[in-house]
Amino acid sequence: MQIRVIPGSSAAIYRQIADQVRRAVVSGELEIGDAMPSVRALAKELVVNPNTVAKAYAELIRDGVLETQPGRGAFVAKRRNVFSKAERLRRLDDALETAVGAAVTLDFTSEEILARMRSKLEDLM
Amino acid sequence: MSDTHVIRTERLTRYFGRRSVVRELNFTVPRGSVVGLLGLNGAGKTTTIRMLMGFLEPTRGTCQVLGHDSRTLSPETRARIGHTVEGHFLYPWMRVRDCERFGRETHPKWDVTFFEQSVRRFGIDCEAKVSWLSRGQRAGVSLASTLAGDPELLILDDPALGLDPVSRRALNETIIEFCESGERTVLLSSHLLDDVERVADRVALMVDGRMLVDSTLDDFRSRVTAWIVDSAEDPTIHHTIPGMVHCRPIGSRWHVTVADAGAETETAIDHLNAASVERVDVTFEDAVLAYLSRSRVGHSFYSGAAS
Repeated sequence: MQIRVIPGSSAAIYRQIADQVRRAVVSGELEIGDAMPSVRALAKELVVNPNTVAKAYAELIRDGVLETQPGRGAFVAKRRNVFSKAERLRRLDDALETAVGAAVTLDFTSEEILARMRSKLEDLM
Repeated sequence: MSDTHVIRTERLTRYFGRRSVVRELNFTVPRGSVVGLLGLNGAGKTTTIRMLMGFLEPTRGTCQVLGHDSRTLSPETRARIGHTVEGHFLYPWMRVRDCERFGRETHPKWDVTFFEQSVRRFGIDCEAKVSWLSRGQRAGVSLASTLAGDPELLILDDPALGLDPVSRRALNETIIEFCESGERTVLLSSHLLDDVERVADRVALMVDGRMLVDSTLDDFRSRVTAWIVDSAEDPTIHHTIPGMVHCRPIGSRWHVTVADAGAETETAIDHLNAASVERVDVTFEDAVLAYLSRSRVGHSFYSGAAS
């Protein structure tokens, strides 16, 4: 996968990296067991401070997206739930709010939005 | 403590005549960090760097570099510090190859491979005469000569000034490569906020000789918030907003930037006589500009508490 960072954006650089890895895992671009580049290698490739990359990786490991194998680096982890039900609901609502907001401003009906959503879900699951 | 902090100043102050240029600086740089030193021209950045290097006596206060007082740095300690001056001065009659030999003979440790690699990254021919080089290429030679000496601490005074985009990229790459072991430290003054956001993990921000911010970059960002206030006149004339850094007009509305906004700030914002109030995202540049746009601010997170 190709990560891109844009300085001067409202998202901090470590957040941009973490979000792009998360998205790649969800979309299947990154698969369970795939090796991630080392912190140094990615820092060099993106031309960003290594501590910034380390911070993004630390967050992804904490959230269970990546796992580390001693001496071998970071890998995409098997999906498991590290969050409580309430936290998962909160995150789901956050994500839906953005998507629904955008969909409504495009003048689609509720049925059309739900149908699209269902077909997207079927593609993924 | 000299082991965890490579730079430490205590109430560092410098006057030129009756004018104070650096005032009461208490500033520390932890080993392994890349610190972006920000401020308008004349804010005291170069004067601070010159005192750190021992080129200028403090009027009051002290500064230590690598655990030694800057006023009495031994040649051995100096050899562990790499310093480039604004404008990247080199002797114009030398060839790039002569610069390499000059460096090799004046540094106890010298890494030829690193020199050649850095020079190549800036697209420079070793046979070229210094006076033929572009500004960006001169920066490349100056940086290569400084880094090949394998310093523990690198102090760069506005290295990106006047560089073309290709040289800027090469400069950023060189800095990242230099600090990748996590053992070396960089203090870099710059006006290019996008580049600082990339390569630095700490920010030190000077306004009128004082240091108003000294924290990690992410902490600095997360502590600054902003609102857009729809109001005919400056909404902060009759109302004080706790923690306010700056208020500036944009079109017919006002952009209010606040540091460490708490419940009191929210209440104050809610009580403004405004048609509408909206919280907006803050970029690193917004946060820095808010500080630089005011010559005096009531609030600062100067303290280094965020380290």
